[in-house]
Amino acid sequence: MAYSDKLLEHFKNPRNVGTLDKSKNSVGTGLVGAPECGDVMRLQIEVDPETQTIVDAKFKTFGCGSAIASSSLATEWLKGKSINEALTIDNMDIVEELALPPVKIHCSVLAEDAIRSAIADYQSKNGLEVTANEKEKAH
Amino acid sequence: MGKLIYLDNNATTPTDPRVVEAMLPYFYEHPGNAASRNHPFGWVAEEAVDYAREQVAQLIGVDAKEIIFTSGATEGDNLGIKGVFEMYSRKGNHIITVKTEHKAVLDTCQHLEKLGAEVTYLRVNRDGLIDLEELEAAIKPTTILVSVMWANNETGVIQPMKAIGDICARHGVLFMSDATQAVGKIPVHPKEVGVHIMAFTSHKMYGPKGIGALYVSRKNPRVKLTAQMDGGGHERGMRSGTLNVPGIVGLGKAAEIARLEMAQDTERLSRLRDKLEGALTQLEETYINGNREHRMPHVTNISFKHVEGEGLMMTFNQNIAVSSGSACTSASLEPSYVLVALGLGDDLAHSSIRFSLGRFTTEEDIDYAIEAVSKGVNHMRDLSPIWEMYKEGIDLNSVEWQEH
Repeated sequence: MAYSDKLLEHFKNPRNVGTLDKSKNSVGTGLVGAPECGDVMRLQIEVDPETQTIVDAKFKTFGCGSAIASSSLATEWLKGKSINEALTIDNMDIVEELALPPVKIHCSVLAEDAIRSAIADYQSKNGLEVTANEKEKAH
Repeated sequence: MGKLIYLDNNATTPTDPRVVEAMLPYFYEHPGNAASRNHPFGWVAEEAVDYAREQVAQLIGVDAKEIIFTSGATEGDNLGIKGVFEMYSRKGNHIITVKTEHKAVLDTCQHLEKLGAEVTYLRVNRDGLIDLEELEAAIKPTTILVSVMWANNETGVIQPMKAIGDICARHGVLFMSDATQAVGKIPVHPKEVGVHIMAFTSHKMYGPKGIGALYVSRKNPRVKLTAQMDGGGHERGMRSGTLNVPGIVGLGKAAEIARLEMAQDTERLSRLRDKLEGALTQLEETYINGNREHRMPHVTNISFKHVEGEGLMMTFNQNIAVSSGSACTSASLEPSYVLVALGLGDDLAHSSIRFSLGRFTTEEDIDYAIEAVSKGVNHMRDLSPIWEMYKEGIDLNSVEWQEH
């Protein structure tokens, strides 16, 4: 299957690979997927508590090229966004940006879940109202 | 683009240039229909087909009359299984096969189940081998066919054909084999092991695509198959359709080359395979799938734990062609059913890569592959959260995964 240049770029040179200190209150961690399913994404955000802005984002992903590119792109988009802005990222934005083929759409869903899960973790850690509950999904 | 290395010979092999050369005259110079009995064009074509039939028969040690030309192994599997089911319906409706068979066998059996067949799918052990006692226990008075592949396409594991043949003979049951991956690569002599029907194809043994053969025993026992393709009654009435003369000539030539060069190919390829396998298993947490002793000389199937197969392939697939048992290579998103049948967890099945070498693989190719694949594995592990967790000593089974 042929992939878009953008996807291959993110796969070959993934942005923001790494690990943030999950014990810090300013860090939210999302771990989604399962090894049995062939996809595990860990996405972390670091939030400036003053401005509620995401100042850093890191990921590590076990998965196919589309999963890795989706998470790399997600971290790129997250940096500099407010929590509320981050929650507007939709999996279909990722599908469009990377031109994911239909069989790979689940990779973008996983990335969106990882974003929401990381934000929810940050919010609950800091006693904030959790606004990042997973959207109703049919998968 | 750069260098291109082909290590996917179990998918298909390049056509040997000597085979191509043998085929060429049969497109234009000798265009005859082998069934045209009344003019020289037909005679030349028939002669070429007879010669090729002899070449194929010689490779597997059978009589030329026992070779039925087909379009490939999928057709051979269909014809063998469906043909027996229809022809022997008065004797019974029970078929025994194995969970790790090719889809051409499994889907054919599933199709027959809808038509009233009863099918037993034997399990395999961790090594990919069937249990002979389980096979024998599964045979009953209504059993009309046992179908076991000679060598597996994903792992290269070779089943104990002689022992299976003995059991079938003892119970008077027909024994069929899908020998697609074995013929032309290792000695395959159906008569010696008691196989009565055997499907194989040309494009896995350096011949052209679109042509294959089915061996059907004519003596002790004389096997009859109900034709699945009706028409002019070609191929002893078992497979109608104008013969693919250039393809048949190619298959014949490929069979002859295989017979003459098998020993040297095997020796060279098993050495290269062992080199590749030895180097890659130097990496931490790598597992070879399938029995290593009863295995094709040119195949290795390796799981690189905590790395997803398709992602790994993408790190080098601009230069190296291999296959993965990962779900992501198929539309179904299910990992390889063959590896799952071996008892691998889905995680290891997702992490597997099959390397299949061939006649045109060089030592240089292998050296390049070792370096590129090792680099890819290390890169993907740097990216893998579960590799990091494993390294931190976290028991991955204790993690509550958010399954999708």
